[in-house]
Amino acid sequence: MAHSVTVEHNQGAAADWSGGQSPFGLNWPKVMMWLFLISDTLTFAGLLMGYGAMRLSLGTWPKQSDIFHLWLVGLMTFILICSSATMAIAVAAARTGDKRIVMRFLLLTALGGLMFLGMQVYEWTNFIHEGARLFENPWGVPQFSATFFITTGFHGGHVTVGVIYLLITALRWARGTIQPESVEIAGLYWHFVDLVWVFIFTLLYLL
Amino acid sequence: MAEPQHQGGYKGYVITWIWLLVITVLEIAVVLVGLPKAMLASLLLLMSLMKAALIVAYFMHLRYERVAFIYTVVTPMVVLAVILFAFVAPDAIHVFTSRR
Repeated sequence: MAHSVTVEHNQGAAADWSGGQSPFGLNWPKVMMWLFLISDTLTFAGLLMGYGAMRLSLGTWPKQSDIFHLWLVGLMTFILICSSATMAIAVAAARTGDKRIVMRFLLLTALGGLMFLGMQVYEWTNFIHEGARLFENPWGVPQFSATFFITTGFHGGHVTVGVIYLLITALRWARGTIQPESVEIAGLYWHFVDLVWVFIFTLLYLL
Repeated sequence: MAEPQHQGGYKGYVITWIWLLVITVLEIAVVLVGLPKAMLASLLLLMSLMKAALIVAYFMHLRYERVAFIYTVVTPMVVLAVILFAFVAPDAIHVFTSRR
């Protein structure tokens, strides 16, 4: 008996891993988005680890709280978390077929993304006015501004793409040319942008 | 298809959202209190991992996927974290202790 249970279990696992029409009981577009997000995690891990290695090897780093406005970064974090929550609601509404809520919350999420980007533009502008350049700044550690611009720039690029993606999804949803799963896949991407910000916020601004 | 519908509607998302905000406030509070650097670093790392887990499990619905898929996604992340930690932690500890 125990043996046959094991065999069945193996067959289940084999079926999950064997690809085919529906790997893991999911459709391919969703699996591919997850695959992309895993690879994108490596990109950001590389950026953050580069920062960590540099900061450790230099042994000195400007005090971030003297340079960045913590309230502004806190507000940016707050807005990104809220936009992630509104996205989750849009995805849930798409699944239950609540069409107007989907539209409203997709647009609300895109608005959150735009607000985040606006604040990032404000932050970058301030930073540049204070004398920060890609490879030089008044705080004595050139790598400091390089890390800041490259890492937040990469993330901001992801947010920008995300807002465009959300608006296209909203448009296609309004036209009725996409399935609820497409909203869910857009949601996966958007939550990932929030996920990356969790680590950027902690490592770049707080630590 | 694989995901069970949430009977409570949006309640789960609201709870996740509130937790994310609470942890964020705690993160900022921990920084403002001004703890020793090593303790601050470990607390912040712990809290950001908690936030990441909340986002992936509930917002990205990974908790409701098949177990094989959860392993497929989580295993590379754990391997990544272990390798990065193994490479960076010895230097980090060295820097922390030598600067005192």
